[in-house]
Amino acid sequence: MCDQTFVAVTFGPCDSCSKASPLMNIYIKNEPINYCSFCVEMMACQGLQKGETLASLKRECDNLKKKLEEERGKLNDVELHQVAEKTEVLGALSVKTRRVLKGHGNKVLCMDWCKDRRRLVSSSQDGKVIVWDAFTLNKEHGITLPCTWVMACAYAPSGCAVACGGLDNKCSVVPLSLDKTENLAAKKKSVAMHTNYVSGCTFTNSDMQLLTCSGDGTCALWDVESGQLLQSFHGHTADVLSLDLAPSETGNTFVSGGCDKKANVWDMRSGQNIQSFESHESDINCVKYYPSGDAFASASDDATCRFYDLRADREVAVYQKDSIIFGASTVDFSLSGRLLFAGYNDYTINAWDVLKGTRVSVLFGHENRISRVRVSPDGTALCSASWDNTLRIWA
Amino acid sequence: VPVMARDMSDKEILKMELEQLKKEVNTPRTPVSANCADTITFVEGMLPNDPLIKGVPDDKNPYKGDKGGCIIT
Repeated sequence: MCDQTFVAVTFGPCDSCSKASPLMNIYIKNEPINYCSFCVEMMACQGLQKGETLASLKRECDNLKKKLEEERGKLNDVELHQVAEKTEVLGALSVKTRRVLKGHGNKVLCMDWCKDRRRLVSSSQDGKVIVWDAFTLNKEHGITLPCTWVMACAYAPSGCAVACGGLDNKCSVVPLSLDKTENLAAKKKSVAMHTNYVSGCTFTNSDMQLLTCSGDGTCALWDVESGQLLQSFHGHTADVLSLDLAPSETGNTFVSGGCDKKANVWDMRSGQNIQSFESHESDINCVKYYPSGDAFASASDDATCRFYDLRADREVAVYQKDSIIFGASTVDFSLSGRLLFAGYNDYTINAWDVLKGTRVSVLFGHENRISRVRVSPDGTALCSASWDNTLRIWA
Repeated sequence: VPVMARDMSDKEILKMELEQLKKEVNTPRTPVSANCADTITFVEGMLPNDPLIKGVPDDKNPYKGDKGGCIIT
């Protein structure tokens, strides 16, 4: 390569190679750099190499993705509904609305059952968190939060506290008092701090630890007492919208799903991403573990719900219909795992036969999008929360 | 406070994805047919006790029939 002839204003030791030579005075990101012409050339070539590395990284990624599909494909000898051909067909479901819970002033965004199978907590865009007795419709507690859009709420395993969070980027724990006159909001304790909205939260197997997911793309495990961050989970490349803890017998893992269309399974102790699945064509709004712990389901804006077997490491069923064109926002399994209830943006809840892949029933009643469906801990009822400001109990 | 993916450069994100994929290619996996058979066995074992499928007699179901006591606040 031949040197350009240039007008050298300075002569001295090069900033890069220290050799005394005519220096080119250039600026990189407003920083003055005094390099000899050879070192300027070298720097320009390195820039080229950086560009190549990005493309070659992308190629490597694509190749590995193909290899991963191949490896998974080798064991894909049959589909779930084929194995289930001999299984008895389900009769019609006799599930109807039994209760309508009115009280929120705006969209209900989330709900969670208490382990006692009759209480539940719900949170709303109006900034309120309400604890209900589902049998009697009694509102047992009402907590007013300083922020609107409380997108996540969870009942503590002991039944003595609830967690809630949302646009305030925090997740707080509120102890539930037996004293009806007490202002619960005053006892609220901030536990989780994210750098964007909190989209989901759950207690782990005790009241002492809280798992959260956020619009900041991460999930995190927190100690409730101290507010300390115990473990953070990185891997999603966009907002994480949902998480679910594995059933306690199957160990310390959880699954998360988000706007990067990925569902990731994590080891809670190491923070490692163990498995990941990318088959949805749009945002994953909700993920839920199968009762056995060996599989999970997801709901997506692509109007499908999918079923992933963790031991086969692949998707084994897709629940979709040409007539269903609106996004699915939430899923939960019935007690036996035979039914998958899914809430959609077209105001309906579809009940799918998990094994056969067919739709068993459509539950009508809500007057706006379904934001959350949850089967009660003993499997006797389904609760749905909606943007129509109400919750419904179906049994 | 956890670090955001949006704070990482494209190159760092690709590197992270690459590391993850390398691990996942070697994940132990078992045939779909065997696992699906397991799932079906699980369901068939639990099905008789699934209240939403088998139904619950009205007198045992807290949601059917009388709502019971209602407290007006």
